Amino acid sequence: MTRRVTSALGVTLLLLFALSLATPWRQLADLVAGDRALGLAVLQELRLPRALLALSYGAVLGASGAAIQALFANPLASPDLTGTTGGAALGAVLSAYILGFSGPVGLTAGAVLGALGALFVLLALAGRRAEVATLLLGGLAISALAGALTTVALALAPSPFAFYDAYEWLMGSLVDRSLAQAAFAAVPALAVTLLLARQAGALDSLALGEEAAEALGYRLTRLRVGIVCLSAVGVGACVAVCGAIGFIGLVAPIFARRLTRGHPGRGILPAAMIGGALMTAADLVTRVAPMGRALPIGVVTALLGAPFFLWLVVRMRWSLAR
Amino acid sequence: MTPLLHAEALGLPGRLAPTDLGIDAPAFVCLVGPNGSGKTSLLHALARVGKPGGTVRIAGEDPEAHGPGTRTRLLTYLPASRDIAWPLSAQDVIALGLPPGGVADPAVEALETAEFGHRRVDRLSTGERSRVLIARAVAPAPRLLLLDEPSANLDPKWQLRLMGLLRKLVETRGIAVVAAMHDLDLAARFADRLLMMKDGAVVADGAPRALLESPHLREVFGIVRGSAGWELV
Repeated sequence: MTRRVTSALGVTLLLLFALSLATPWRQLADLVAGDRALGLAVLQELRLPRALLALSYGAVLGASGAAIQALFANPLASPDLTGTTGGAALGAVLSAYILGFSGPVGLTAGAVLGALGALFVLLALAGRRAEVATLLLGGLAISALAGALTTVALALAPSPFAFYDAYEWLMGSLVDRSLAQAAFAAVPALAVTLLLARQAGALDSLALGEEAAEALGYRLTRLRVGIVCLSAVGVGACVAVCGAIGFIGLVAPIFARRLTRGHPGRGILPAAMIGGALMTAADLVTRVAPMGRALPIGVVTALLGAPFFLWLVVRMRWSLAR
Repeated sequence: MTPLLHAEALGLPGRLAPTDLGIDAPAFVCLVGPNGSGKTSLLHALARVGKPGGTVRIAGEDPEAHGPGTRTRLLTYLPASRDIAWPLSAQDVIALGLPPGGVADPAVEALETAEFGHRRVDRLSTGERSRVLIARAVAPAPRLLLLDEPSANLDPKWQLRLMGLLRKLVETRGIAVVAAMHDLDLAARFADRLLMMKDGAVVADGAPRALLESPHLREVFGIVRGSAGWELV
């Protein structure tokens, strides 16, 4: 990736971030005009955490999507399709509603363990160099199971309001999180993104096949466990705060690899930037819903991501038929 | 003098019985044997793939003491699979074999991959892709070049050119080449030494012509040389 493309991505990201802070502009302008302190408080307490969460959650989804795809040598492996986000949601729900650890630490620990569980089950099910079919079927099964168990957990929860309470979170939401909550997700997410990007060389070499990468001197077991744990921590921390949000982890790496001439490892950092941009853009879309309503962001990413996924399927079919 | 390769008790459970292998001076060594005889396993053990037992010293150095970036000075390995999962260009694949900022050994030019250097490897023919992957292994100029069926998928002209290149590397660069081969005639014509394998062990080791005339051939492969070429026993 050239420096120009990197700077263009960085500038886009900054613009979207600024736009996320400023939109809707009218309300903010009115507030600042009426009571400057109140306006700044809204900016700092409401909009800043939201923008930070969109940026860091998108970034970690993009980065872990790219890393997981490189690891499985499969362009369709992503945190949501592998059941990682579903597992994290289940872990968080179990921790909060069944075990009663609803503090940020308990929620995050539950989500990270759930994500880890899902990824290790998938590794065991689909094998190291996963075929598209086994990976997708395995991921589908894990997602479905995690979803069903999440519902069971909510139904059996001591609190009768568990469903109502968890609904907004389950759909994915960046709204009304405090700056502390945002930091709880954003700090691990950004750290994980940078740590994953450090594995770029190893993951690029994996393109030559596992045997060749090992002969080059990379330790594959360590790499595999490292990527799985990092992804689980990053994605888990974000799911604990914002719920499960799909498709960004699938789409961002696919765009990113177009910028790195197909290199899967080198695509991690651009995938993080694209993921952050996509999530911020999706969050902006949720604000244009009519009649002052707000769409859940998970619905927006699915509405935009699912057609893209369909396009991928059509393209794959076309290339197989060639 | 430090031998080029000194390997002791190489082994992979269930695949390769404990094997010693020494190569003192630059040489082109071919591994021959039927399918499943342990050729790939021996290459894996030498390349330190899949947690093999035993020790390997290349010009006195332990390759496992070297991480990515410097290990390719000692050894490189071409696996039997010619698949690349990602749409990389041919020149990018060759660069993946080099340490950051490394320059390819000019010897790879003999493989003539530059003419399709910008094309995606998944859009090349299998033979062209094989040449790219061989170039990837040759590019870092290793002391020990390990190749699993390097002539597979190549047309007759390129088989001869490849074997000629490997010979030249041995003579001009002073390296050791260890290649698993199925074409016995090609191996006999270009190699300095043949290792014949059966059931995960080396059963014969010697000069190519002598080995192919020996009774080992009949035992190991179940073929003999007849008037029309190789024939079943």
